[in-house]
Amino acid sequence: MSAADGSKPVKGIVTPIRLDYRYTPGAAQSRFLHGLKEGRLLGRRCPQCGKVYVPPRGGCPMCGVEFAEEVEVADTGTLVTYAVVNVNFANRVIDLPYISGEVLFDGSDMTSMVLVQGVSPDEVRMGMRVRAHWLPRDEWDYSFTNIDYVEPIDEPDADYESFKEAL
Amino acid sequence: MRPVAVVSYAQHASAREDNRNEVEILLPVLREALEPTGLTTQDIGFTVSGSSDYLAGQAFAFVSALDAVGPWPPIAESHVEMDGAFALYEAWVRLQHGDIDTALVYAFGKSSPGDIARVLSLQLDPYLVGPLWPDAVSLAALQARALLDADGIGEKDLARVVARDRRNAAGNPHAQVSEQTDEATLLAEPLYADPLRKHDCPPVSDGAAVVVLAAGDRARELAERPAWIRGIDHRIEGQYVGSRDLTVSASTRIAAQRAGVDGRADLAELHAPFSHQELILLEALGLDEDTTAVNPSGGALVSNPVMVAGLVRIGEAARRVSAGEGQRAVAHATSGPCLQQNLVCVLEAEQ
Amino acid sequence: MSGQRAAVLGTGQTKHEAKREDVSIGGLVHEAAERALADAELDWADIDAVVIGKAPDMFEGVMMPELYLAEALGAVGKPMTRVHTAGSVGGSTSVIATHLVQSGIHRRVLTVAFEKQSESNAMWALSIHLPFSQPLVAGAGGYFAPIVRGYIRKSQAPLDTGFKVALKDRLNALKNPYAHLHQPEITLEGIATSPLLWDPIRYAETCPSSDGAAAMVIGDEASAAASSRPVAWVHGTALRSEPTMGAGRDRVNPHAGRDCAAALYAEAGITDPLHEIDCAEIYVPFSWFEPMWLENLGFADEGTGWKMVQDGATALDGDLPVNMSGGVLSSNPIGASGMIRFLEAANQVRGTAGEHQVKDARRALGHAYGGGSQYFAMWVVGAEKP
Repeated sequence: MSAADGSKPVKGIVTPIRLDYRYTPGAAQSRFLHGLKEGRLLGRRCPQCGKVYVPPRGGCPMCGVEFAEEVEVADTGTLVTYAVVNVNFANRVIDLPYISGEVLFDGSDMTSMVLVQGVSPDEVRMGMRVRAHWLPRDEWDYSFTNIDYVEPIDEPDADYESFKEAL
Repeated sequence: MRPVAVVSYAQHASAREDNRNEVEILLPVLREALEPTGLTTQDIGFTVSGSSDYLAGQAFAFVSALDAVGPWPPIAESHVEMDGAFALYEAWVRLQHGDIDTALVYAFGKSSPGDIARVLSLQLDPYLVGPLWPDAVSLAALQARALLDADGIGEKDLARVVARDRRNAAGNPHAQVSEQTDEATLLAEPLYADPLRKHDCPPVSDGAAVVVLAAGDRARELAERPAWIRGIDHRIEGQYVGSRDLTVSASTRIAAQRAGVDGRADLAELHAPFSHQELILLEALGLDEDTTAVNPSGGALVSNPVMVAGLVRIGEAARRVSAGEGQRAVAHATSGPCLQQNLVCVLEAEQ
Repeated sequence: MSGQRAAVLGTGQTKHEAKREDVSIGGLVHEAAERALADAELDWADIDAVVIGKAPDMFEGVMMPELYLAEALGAVGKPMTRVHTAGSVGGSTSVIATHLVQSGIHRRVLTVAFEKQSESNAMWALSIHLPFSQPLVAGAGGYFAPIVRGYIRKSQAPLDTGFKVALKDRLNALKNPYAHLHQPEITLEGIATSPLLWDPIRYAETCPSSDGAAAMVIGDEASAAASSRPVAWVHGTALRSEPTMGAGRDRVNPHAGRDCAAALYAEAGITDPLHEIDCAEIYVPFSWFEPMWLENLGFADEGTGWKMVQDGATALDGDLPVNMSGGVLSSNPIGASGMIRFLEAANQVRGTAGEHQVKDARRALGHAYGGGSQYFAMWVVGAEKP
């Protein structure tokens, strides 16, 4: 169907939207980011259920109470589960395929999503013991990206029973 | 209709909150509202919230806010991407079923992270209007121009509204703007978006509000003087500002009639982010300042956490009714450009 | 049953496609709504309120679309609400609309859910890189693949379980004229060898991205009595939510899903779901969610849902047909998908499901989930008045 002058109908238009936002991590996460700047993983413990959250986001999501106690967790942990990502998407900065892992850092009760390197997609497995590989110290910022990725360490895989709760 | 009342209310609002995120702002407000009732999240029959992703600049922003409620064990819950006043309506509807007696309503939003007036442009028809980026202030100014051009309203009427709201703001600890002033001083200010001056527009506020509803005898158990919802209704108009008369609020008129306003209220809390809109709304509600105290809290001109301000109007009206400051109150909430959608609620003290 | 009786008087949906270039967002929803009204033999003026639902505003870049859509949906002068509960939204929207009728406040409510994925960048919106965090999450698949891996580990299910679900759903879709994917050439081998997108999830086990809208007219008992069309009575509805990230959450068999189903069955008077429910439309965007949800919904014991798949129990001619319409695996306009499940369940008990009709379906389940497997919305509809 064309217009009288033979031009084709407009079926779609692209309308660029640009909005700038100033994000606030919040008090608890801010402290977490300060910790990262020092190369430390700082979580918070819920006064009611006793679980440790890394990163903490204001309150315990299970109890609905504010976090109190600060708890430092290790930068070693267990790879609870993972996905091997092989699909392109906007904002992608990592080469495909990559392993997106859920790591339970020792001392934390909540997994964190971290890039996994140093092991091929064929060999990665649930329960692998890993350690954070940090960027060079002089590149550290207030960001979780100070941890470039986690890589396997020379420890026997964690027993399934020990981490299945985190699934 | 099953009698439902506001039994508790709390809010927080401030100018840009750099230290706390939405969850951290909401947590203490939830606690403040729930504590006097003795209810926990688990005791509540239904929870509904109101917020908008675009304010936070993040998809699913409301998902992390649910953490503040501590929904564990899991709860019956829903969410509207609208002002919390509309969430309250959903909670009120659910309570009509008769099988649950309490509901929790909360709203939160930070207007400060983005340019809120521009963000609101995204509410417009994405093909024909949105790409022109008419921001919220400009659209309101269009409406104000239409109103001033019609008979009877002049810029001194706008100044009178602002001066009165400021006077009332002095008694509101949650107001961001409370500088006392007078009409002459206000009119001497330069125009900002002709015919509006800066003070005719709302401040940028971050905040949260929580209302607890209860039905029948349960309400009497939970509050000494519940504020009963005698009627509540909301209506929407078409969006295109060229297709409706901007000088009247037809949907407010319908909602007011359905909610049973009847031209009677000791006080009215109007969600008018722009001064001229208070005049339009009063007319549509069939109320006048001689017999009704308008915006005793100062209204949205002194504190305007978007997505929260409508719920705050209901809370503020309810609080005053419970405190004996009035026997009968009207609360109003709005959504969309130039008063496109409106909710009206009539609250009364126990007889 | 909570409140007054409510029934589905009519349903409508658009033919789900990758790109509907012939309609705007307004046109898309109008089409579904008109069809629902036609099916119910009602007119726009018969509707008292409109409830719409869709997934994040950031998908299409339209904030609070109910404002833009008021005219397209005949809502001017009426109450209009927009529900947003992430992926379960189509379901929760249906529940909220039903509440309005059950409360006695409104007699006939139009409910619509939609997504115009071709006008959106869902992958971007789902993967927005917030400062301070790693830019890892590659859309929904990236989030759910680790959970699927967890299920496979826990249940020790045979690895072709997912392939069999995908095959079944895509073959069912051939009997559904509205389904997006019509793949008459599909084979188990083809699915098993399709590219791995988010290991262990393969391309052919993944939902498409669709433009689509769904609508229903929900009415009270008097409206149902006055109608000459078959109706589906709402026997029960339930909503449950839990935190996204909570230490102690079971993301493979979520507590909220189990609680939601339990509350639903209690309200509907069901004690043996496997035998009392004739068929189910459940939200399966990645094939492995079928066995997971069968367990979560109480149709199978924990760890054994995969057996129902392997046995063919969930096929169109099985003991408990699941996703007769082809499911989310065959059509996924995200915001609408939950409502399509609810609508398809209603059509089954109305006897209007056409070629994918389950014979003698008297009671059906509609299910939707969203977020990080934390939001659940469900209903049971029946041919008999409850």
